[in-house]
Amino acid sequence: MEPSLSPVQITHERPAVEADIVCVGFGPATGGFLTTLSRELLNPDGTPAFESPSAPGLPLQVLCYERADDLGFGVSGAVTKARGIRASFPDLDPAAIPMAAHVTREKLVYLLDPIGASRRSPGVRAADRLVRLFRARNHAVELPWTPGFLHKKDGLILSIGQFNQWVAGQVLGAAQLWPGTPVREALVEGDAVVGVRLMDQGTDKQGAPTADFMPGIDVRAALTVVADGPVGAVGRQLDERFGMPPGHRRHDWAVGMKMVVDLPEGVDLPAGTVLHTLGYPEPEIFGFLYVHPDRVVSLGIFVPSSFADPARTAYRYLQHWMLHPYLWRYLEGGRLRSWGAKSLQESGRRGEPFLAGGGYARIGEGSGSTNVLTGSGVDEAWTTGVLLAESVVELLVAAKPFTRENLEQTYVARRRTSWVEREGRIAGRARDGFHRGFVSGMVGMGLAGLTRGRIAVSGKPKRMPALEDYYRGRIAAADLDRIRQECNASATPLHDALMDHAGWPAIPFDGQLLISHQDALLLGGKVQAPAGYADHVVFRDPHLCEACASKVCIELCSGEALTPGPAGVPLFDREKCVHCGVCLWNCARANPDEPEGGNIAFLAGAGGLHSAEN
Amino acid sequence: MPESFQIVVCGSVVPDPLQTLTPEIGPNGPALKNEPMLPAVLDPWASHALYEAAHLAAQFPCSKVWLVSLGPKAKLQQVMMTVAQKAAFEVIALDGSASGFTDAAETGVALAEAIQAIPDLDRSKLLIFGGWESASRGAGVTLQVVGEELGIVDQFQGVDELTVDSTGSLRILERLEGGQHQVSACAGPPALLGWATGHLPEPRNNPQTGMANMRTVMPALQRAKPVTVSAGASYSAVTLPRQQRETRILKDLSSDQVAADIIAWLKDENRDS
Repeated sequence: MEPSLSPVQITHERPAVEADIVCVGFGPATGGFLTTLSRELLNPDGTPAFESPSAPGLPLQVLCYERADDLGFGVSGAVTKARGIRASFPDLDPAAIPMAAHVTREKLVYLLDPIGASRRSPGVRAADRLVRLFRARNHAVELPWTPGFLHKKDGLILSIGQFNQWVAGQVLGAAQLWPGTPVREALVEGDAVVGVRLMDQGTDKQGAPTADFMPGIDVRAALTVVADGPVGAVGRQLDERFGMPPGHRRHDWAVGMKMVVDLPEGVDLPAGTVLHTLGYPEPEIFGFLYVHPDRVVSLGIFVPSSFADPARTAYRYLQHWMLHPYLWRYLEGGRLRSWGAKSLQESGRRGEPFLAGGGYARIGEGSGSTNVLTGSGVDEAWTTGVLLAESVVELLVAAKPFTRENLEQTYVARRRTSWVEREGRIAGRARDGFHRGFVSGMVGMGLAGLTRGRIAVSGKPKRMPALEDYYRGRIAAADLDRIRQECNASATPLHDALMDHAGWPAIPFDGQLLISHQDALLLGGKVQAPAGYADHVVFRDPHLCEACASKVCIELCSGEALTPGPAGVPLFDREKCVHCGVCLWNCARANPDEPEGGNIAFLAGAGGLHSAEN
Repeated sequence: MPESFQIVVCGSVVPDPLQTLTPEIGPNGPALKNEPMLPAVLDPWASHALYEAAHLAAQFPCSKVWLVSLGPKAKLQQVMMTVAQKAAFEVIALDGSASGFTDAAETGVALAEAIQAIPDLDRSKLLIFGGWESASRGAGVTLQVVGEELGIVDQFQGVDELTVDSTGSLRILERLEGGQHQVSACAGPPALLGWATGHLPEPRNNPQTGMANMRTVMPALQRAKPVTVSAGASYSAVTLPRQQRETRILKDLSSDQVAADIIAWLKDENRDS
């Protein structure tokens, strides 16, 4: 089926409302935007500082629509320097934000492979031998020195879910925040965005109206603030409509998968502790563990797009990572509180779209603000929202419209002189080396960081290899064929069978932390899918799926929402989808109309993760 | 046929039951671990009452719906972001504890006082709605106390359906045991109905309704009157039922197949024990 962003054929009248500013998505960027803007909307005597053109006599009408069921259901295991956040809240007391803690100590840990199943290059094996000779304890070594650009000194450990919830409480009086209300698309007239259209409700999975159909309303506004993240439907619609600036591409991605865990009694990890790991379960996979107050930790891994395993699975790798002796000594006996996953746009500034156009502006991760060298995104996203709000106020005071020219002279100009831009440029090529391999990648990052971006190791992304190529020498072709047939017959992904075959031990489920992927969805993610919305994952050309032998989309799907289908086209189960968007950048088949894209359309959708602790 | 009703729905917030809920005894009595950080939802029983109120009001166009809520103001504010898109109402907020362990009589008196303070309330049109239970604990008496305080003697509990005939009299289905309903007739308002689940689906999010509601919701929250309700009885311990999870995802099964599957599982459990 060919997905379309054009309206479904309906006979019902589509209503429209007028507002002044409409925001798409509520995350740190929108938080920064609304926090800054809300302080300027009223005079000290309580009268409106700016009268609403759309509702004369009232203050500026600012709306924000968020897909998730609540504003605190965002995902990120965040440690941040919080420079921008602190600038917005100079007297910030972390105790006011549940789960927040000051960073007190940081460690970077190299993890050896304690079981011999990790796929390690000769260079990595040489490094392993060297480490084992010297100081390895618990199959790991804590690096004695880490470069300054990796530090989060004086920063904060946050639960982004809790942080979002807290910020929402600060701004609600000045803006209307509507969770559970996905935006289907931007309304584009000529070269300008004039508002948004919300998703139709009361449809079947294909989007056809049912008996209780309610067309998504059009919200027309002078300014549309697009902050729907790296895989948001509106941001990508604008990318397709207006293109990307010359030379800008979104080649680099990662999936971050995390858990929130109650540590067992007796484990003494001080709140504010930050652990980052590298080297295991595969060299390309980085890990993190951040300690919140009350013996609660956020932990997880990042699986990057440069990790060229066509059967890569974040969940199984996350469990092996937790079981590493260096970490398991803390985690054994712990209990899962929450679980989640999200895509990270790791092209950084080189994936920056046009930041503004007629009637719209882009902020947050989808605007290319993530710093891929320092591994920092929350504070950068927040700051882009602040910069836009300052620009909006400047234009309101000058009674100037939100045209492309005016937004470029204010918002884009502020971005160009900001620390987000300055540091983003240094980070620009920092991760290119990972396309050559782990060692090249680490060297490249180090060089880029130490030379402030002047030197880096080059490398270009490659298409995913075939399973046979990746597992050559480890799994015989005949065994691969058999595994593939068995998994197709049982409609299960390949990754568990392949990892078992490659020497990874079975996970010793304990029913409280080491649990099945589906239990993580239900117990940790609390995933929800309200009825009456169309499916948001659509396969553009079924023939391409039928001919695809890899089906990376199934293997890396964070919620096992994609499973083998009888005719070769994967089946999509919306009730398991966490909206991480990983399928979008893990399609092994090129889209004939857009060679850099895949065969999967990731449209606007409802529901997803329902946990407030991620 | 009556021209309109004045429907007052009593309902407050409870912690989102989908979150990780761990009971503990706090300094002020029973509580949940990390309770401040838990997102809240409108009590599911009260939600049914609100949807039924909106449905009834839509049939009698001059009707009006109020939602009287006693709960922490910040939580009420958060919940309004979700509820206000589903039904048209005016909120009357009381800033206080929504814990299920507060004294039901004191809560009932506070709600009744708030209702009595509604300007131009007409008892000949007045229907008090609420949940017959609560997801926060469910003493099951708060709504009755509200009715007693207001002097409303026609009270119905476990209501699943309300119809209004051409004379304005009310026909009410109350739950009995064994899937049976008792049919009651009432001459008309004032009456109090404690709703079970009703029969209406959760309304769709209507952004227009939300925008209209928000013009009154935020001012109402800002002027929320502080209310203190005491803890009532003391509790030595509070626990949730022990859960054992064994997940299998099965789809598109008939109700008979689902029932058979559950029975087989229960039998297995019995054999193990």
